Amino acid sequence: MSASATTPNELRAGALRRRWWRRHRDGFGSLAAAGPALLFLLVLYLIPMAMLLAQSFEGASLPHYQKALTDDLYLRVLFDTLLIAACVSLLCLVLAYPVAYALSILPSPWPAVGIAFILLPFWTSVLVRTYGWMVLLGRNGLINRMLSDLGVIETPLPLLNNMTGVLIGMTHVLLPYMVFPLYAVMRRMDPNLAQAARGLGASGWDVFRRIYLPLTLPGVLAGMTLVFVLSIGFFITPALLGGGKVHMMAVLIEQQVRMFLNWGFAGALSAVLLGATLLVYIVLRRLLRGNMQWS
Amino acid sequence: MELRRGRRRGAGRWSAWHFGLFAFTALVLLFLMAPLVVVFPMSLSSSSYLQFPPPGWSLRWYEQYFTDSTWIDATLRSIKVALATTVLATVLGTALSFSLVRGRYPGKEFVNQISLMPLIVPVIIYSIAVYGWFGQLKLIGLWQGIVLGHTVHAIPFVVIIMTAALRTFDIAQEHAAMSLGANRAQAIWHVTLPPLRPSLISAAFLAFISSFDELVVAMFLGGSNMTLPKKMFDNIVNEIDPTIAAVSVIQVVLVTVILILVSKLGSGAVPTER
Repeated sequence: MSASATTPNELRAGALRRRWWRRHRDGFGSLAAAGPALLFLLVLYLIPMAMLLAQSFEGASLPHYQKALTDDLYLRVLFDTLLIAACVSLLCLVLAYPVAYALSILPSPWPAVGIAFILLPFWTSVLVRTYGWMVLLGRNGLINRMLSDLGVIETPLPLLNNMTGVLIGMTHVLLPYMVFPLYAVMRRMDPNLAQAARGLGASGWDVFRRIYLPLTLPGVLAGMTLVFVLSIGFFITPALLGGGKVHMMAVLIEQQVRMFLNWGFAGALSAVLLGATLLVYIVLRRLLRGNMQWS
Repeated sequence: MELRRGRRRGAGRWSAWHFGLFAFTALVLLFLMAPLVVVFPMSLSSSSYLQFPPPGWSLRWYEQYFTDSTWIDATLRSIKVALATTVLATVLGTALSFSLVRGRYPGKEFVNQISLMPLIVPVIIYSIAVYGWFGQLKLIGLWQGIVLGHTVHAIPFVVIIMTAALRTFDIAQEHAAMSLGANRAQAIWHVTLPPLRPSLISAAFLAFISSFDELVVAMFLGGSNMTLPKKMFDNIVNEIDPTIAAVSVIQVVLVTVILILVSKLGSGAVPTER
């Protein structure tokens, strides 16, 4: 059969090739549309990043990585950074979850009003907001002024230039990143589901724990991932509200380049920070995908 | 109150529990708005120090902003950089979005990840990386250099909005135009892009604002040519004077105006529309 059917087979192969090309012509054409942007990102994004990381590998025994991963001082900064990111993620979740829920059940126009109140700070410069927090939290700031006028405190509370200030500032910047995914998930929830459960005798807590929480978990994970990943790279807020007392990776990296011109070590610290970021991102994305399928 | 009469789709009346929830929500929204609101009285203070309440009122910090050439130069430079970034990022990002939505080629998911990476990778890492790279290319201190760095960070915003918009576009319309004799470019220009205009507006706006507010890249690449955020940063760090309060008020007002415009003209940037 094979010997006699060579010509038809070739014909068929040719037809298949042509059909394949017709089907994929658009596809390859649109690869070309990606060309300029990809070239741009290659030259201005991937190459500089690769060069920075390459500098961190100088020396046979990788001295920069040894320093970054064994020196107590730098480990401490890494630990603090992760701890702050975890705290900010939790704070954002605790604040955002009820807000997103309230916005998802309120009748119009209240959801739009609430969203506007979240979008306005979201789109305002971080520097403006940071300055605003300095006015609010400073020794002579609005909050200390009000509390002492009311006789609640004698001496001003230390709210600025420490961990408190950084946590407040970062939570403020990142809260919208938590509200939006939660709100998106909750808006799609069918209210009849909770009602049906209530009708079958479930308590309010049961409805929350067994229906609402599992169904909103994708939003929770999406928001937490985003907030955590953005937190560990934060620079402006800890630099301005931490008063030099709160050490985060990004501030450390900036110092290594600006003050010490220590590119190799800055590269190693960057690799560690990048590794932590991508690890969290990939793990939580995987979790999220599994969860989406499950729900 | 209006709320009391409102009903949750099919559910009973609001309970006390709900009012607790709404009060909590109002407090969180207050927390979000507080630092924006507080700059208004500060900008009208007559004092040179950070003091609340202000000891007296004056417009001197606005006057200071509009008469100090370093502030105005920084502002104009930021606008120039942001406009160039907007054009570059919108063109590159929109073409890339067409490719990501329409294309069927191996490695597309990888291309998608690369184009969104600048959102995830900490800005400080990219900033020092591109600082080292531009140092070798002798591009430090040029406003064009800042544009290139900002475009990298604006592309993901354009890609997110434009891919979402393109997914909803029915490609049959474009094919219809082409069967009527238009070539691909004409079909895209006259048929595909007009209905996508609201999304393009939103994408361009996000690209603009991401560049206009960006500090860290500009700090490294700008050299002595300060952008507005760098000038604001220096003003805050060195506690020079409350001119920063006046600048902040102007920015809050501008963002409010633009937000209203975009919610009328744009689409995809405001979550309520999704």
